[in-house]
Amino acid sequence: MAMTIGVPRETFAGEKRVATVPEVVEKLIKLGFAVCVETGAGAAANFGDDAYQAAGARIAGSAAELMAGSDIVFKVRAPTPEEIALMRPGSALVSFIWPAQNPQLMQQLAERKLTVLAIDSLPRQLSRAQKMDALTSMASISGYRAVIEAANAFGRFFNGQVTAAGKVPPAKVFIAGAGVAGLAAIGTAANLGAIVRANDTRAEVADQVVSLGGEFVKVDYEEEGAGGGGYAKVMSEGFQQAQREMYARQAKDVDIIITTALIPGKPAPKLITADMVKSMKPGSVIVDMAAEQGGNCELTVPGEAVVRHGVTIIGYTDLASRLAKQSSTLYSTNLLRLTEELCKTKDGVINVAMEDDAIRGLTVIKEGSITWPPPAPKIPAAPPQAKPAAAPAAPAKKSGHGHGAGEPASGKSLAVIFGAGALLFWLVGTFAPTSFLSHFTVFVLACFIGYMVIWNVTPALHTPLMSVTNAISSIIAVGALIQVAPPLVAGTEGRPDALILGLAAAALTLTAVNMFGGFAVTRRMLAMFRK
Amino acid sequence: MPANLAAVAYVAATILFILSLGGLSSPESSRRGNLYGIVGMAIAVLATVFGPRVTTAGLPWIVGSLLVGGTIGLYAARKVQMTQMPELVAIMHSLVGLAACIVGYASYVDTSIVFTGAEKTIHEAEIYLGVLIGAVTFSGSVIAFGKLSGRIGGKPMLLPARHWLNLIGLLGVIWFDRQFLQAHDIATGMMPLAVMTVIALLFGVHMVMAIGGADMPVVVSMLNSYSGWAAAATGFMLSNDLLIVTGALVGSSGAILSYIMCRAMNRNFISVIAGGFGTGEGAAPAASGAQPAGEVTAISAVETAEMLREAKNVIIVPGYGMAVAQAQHTVYEITKLLREKGVNVRFGIHPVAGRMPGHMNVLLAEAKVPYDIVFEMDELNEDFPDTDVSMVIGANDIVNPAAEDDPTSPIAGMPVLQVWKSKTSIVMKRSMASGYAGVDNPLFYKENNRMLFGDAKKMLDEVLVALKA
Repeated sequence: MAMTIGVPRETFAGEKRVATVPEVVEKLIKLGFAVCVETGAGAAANFGDDAYQAAGARIAGSAAELMAGSDIVFKVRAPTPEEIALMRPGSALVSFIWPAQNPQLMQQLAERKLTVLAIDSLPRQLSRAQKMDALTSMASISGYRAVIEAANAFGRFFNGQVTAAGKVPPAKVFIAGAGVAGLAAIGTAANLGAIVRANDTRAEVADQVVSLGGEFVKVDYEEEGAGGGGYAKVMSEGFQQAQREMYARQAKDVDIIITTALIPGKPAPKLITADMVKSMKPGSVIVDMAAEQGGNCELTVPGEAVVRHGVTIIGYTDLASRLAKQSSTLYSTNLLRLTEELCKTKDGVINVAMEDDAIRGLTVIKEGSITWPPPAPKIPAAPPQAKPAAAPAAPAKKSGHGHGAGEPASGKSLAVIFGAGALLFWLVGTFAPTSFLSHFTVFVLACFIGYMVIWNVTPALHTPLMSVTNAISSIIAVGALIQVAPPLVAGTEGRPDALILGLAAAALTLTAVNMFGGFAVTRRMLAMFRK
Repeated sequence: MPANLAAVAYVAATILFILSLGGLSSPESSRRGNLYGIVGMAIAVLATVFGPRVTTAGLPWIVGSLLVGGTIGLYAARKVQMTQMPELVAIMHSLVGLAACIVGYASYVDTSIVFTGAEKTIHEAEIYLGVLIGAVTFSGSVIAFGKLSGRIGGKPMLLPARHWLNLIGLLGVIWFDRQFLQAHDIATGMMPLAVMTVIALLFGVHMVMAIGGADMPVVVSMLNSYSGWAAAATGFMLSNDLLIVTGALVGSSGAILSYIMCRAMNRNFISVIAGGFGTGEGAAPAASGAQPAGEVTAISAVETAEMLREAKNVIIVPGYGMAVAQAQHTVYEITKLLREKGVNVRFGIHPVAGRMPGHMNVLLAEAKVPYDIVFEMDELNEDFPDTDVSMVIGANDIVNPAAEDDPTSPIAGMPVLQVWKSKTSIVMKRSMASGYAGVDNPLFYKENNRMLFGDAKKMLDEVLVALKA
């Protein structure tokens, strides 16, 4: 039985986005779902009802009618209490929720017995979650829009020009925080021709800033600023002091400041003081993208553009919504990717698989019980996790760098191995003489050591590994050595000394080729590996 | 040197060998690892020479042999081209095998070693086993050397009823083992031992002859393993723990490498050994129903340079073709040029690219490509969708989408580099011939794929010239 996805009109004041665009409606229908859209839902983003109808969606006359017939509701903003009351118990909701900031909302959603997937709670560090990362797509739109707003309020060109009417210097833009939004702002401002500088407490983003055409401004203080999950953390007092000095210098110099500094779960850091604003040139612009969390500038008024000390301070909190068509398209594509993850069978029924790390993180309420916050995902932060292979024929036989000691074998094959091992050991223990047993012990243990050591060898060094093990296997020379001229005891007159000596010398020559050649060539190879 | 001191020296050597292998876990520590190996070997040899089992009468012989062999070895190590590494390693394995054989024979004819009862049986069984493994390693490695160096054709030689031949050989070996153990004196025992050696030699030849070119990485690492087991068997025969431990280390190392290689091809170890894959004439193309259809789009070197210059992210996937054409230096020149222009160039290495494990890494290292832009398949397979241009140089099966899409394909399920997901892929090939697995490659017919026909070295030189212009 195919489920119906309902897309209501956003009721939040000024919200122009819509959770699903006609293009995505078609793809959802291909996945087996039915789609129902409230009349006028896409109007503010320039998607008419007829476009939705043409894509195969049904149009519902009111929110009440829509919610009553929907198994899954796609929204942008978190629902109001009125909207929650309209939703069918047991249905699913996908939207921005911000569970940490909205405990009351969570309570209401749970009471309605809903399953809620909070798109903002996606574990962003999972590389396969990137396609569903609405925070990133919204942030990059906001970053772009912030530059456009700044350009709008700024009374000059961004790019430098030499015209018949005189020389125009390029605008100088300083961007605080080089996250997704900051990087988008850097790219946009650089494309408009401005001189762009940027700073971030995480030193590793410097390369990204440069790659987009910006210049990375360092704070003269040594501290590492990367917190968990790709966010920044709160820095020490000494660092903040140095940072303030740097900001003060920049404020005097630049024409436009765009701030994007956010620390999860904390009010936005106050980077731009009133004094710094005073020191800026008249006509300068500050766009404070952290306005919703209190703002990075002391003088920001959230939701408004104000002029203070001759500087326009823009504190709009709806930058993404101001580019409604673009942000709706990207957001709905993020939701489509999420739906694909939820509905791998493509039969129009979602399966909220809690054992999947990405889905587990997203799901903040499951059938009326609050499942937020999720347990910490079990992945290392640094290396991107391998995605399970696309082909179902190849079960994800992936392992990290250096392979690890393989996957645990299945219980059955393990039993067979242990059984065979036990039998072998029993045979050896029963029939072999004691002198053999001690050698046997050594042999088995050595095999295990070899097994453990070799798994740590990086695949890039497999050829040197082979040549060095080859060189080491010329240890067989020891066997030849003790045959060359052993101390003979009496009673062994029949020993063909000359023959054995000849054979041993031959064997020794052969292994010497191996020994010297093997080590030498390994050395030569390893010397080539360089950073 | 007293016996105890020699024994302690052996322990030290063993530890150094383990450290040596452990050192290979990263390129930084690997050089020290090799040094540990050298020191360990020196200690082992010196402790033996000055130990209780060698009298001074043997010293001239020992020094002479080491000098002759060492000179040859060092000379070969200096002369060898990096593209010939697989051959060199194969021929060196054969030396270990041969030495194990010889030591086995010498030990058998040595009347100064006297055992009785079960100990005698075990000692003789050990000799038999040592000679057996040594002989298989020797002949197998020689054939592998021939195949890798092109002296013998890469195609598998499939005798009719080859599995039966192998089985008969195995039964023969067991029967002669019985004969050998029942022999009362050396003269009667020599016959079964010699016959078995011949069977083992033939078996080694047959085994490697039946394996196709694409499976060579498995064969090389398997022979590596055998050479270790041969050393271990010799250790049992001579009651020498150092030999046992070292042989076991090398043996398990080779076994694990073989396993990794097999897994990288999604193939069963047994089926590789049984041979017949990698044929090019096998049942493969006919069996796979979905023949890729469509046009291939050719591209010129100048256009390639143009695309590379405009790209931001480039991934280069090298294969055996790069080694054959000796193109690694040109590849690096191009890489250097592009990186100076700010293009993010990386290398994607499939575990079985080339003819031995890690072959591509060594070639790229030789061309001075920094190892931090060389990645394993698992590390960058995710990044192809964000890649503007993927360049496939002389590789085929390891980038074949049929492995993922077409369950009837002979290589179905083998993990492959997903170059077709990048915006554009460029495949450098000499002609439209299929790869070693004999499977046609749907990648060539994809819309976003371009073919750059010609010798890899020559074409890359042209690309380089165009890039510099």
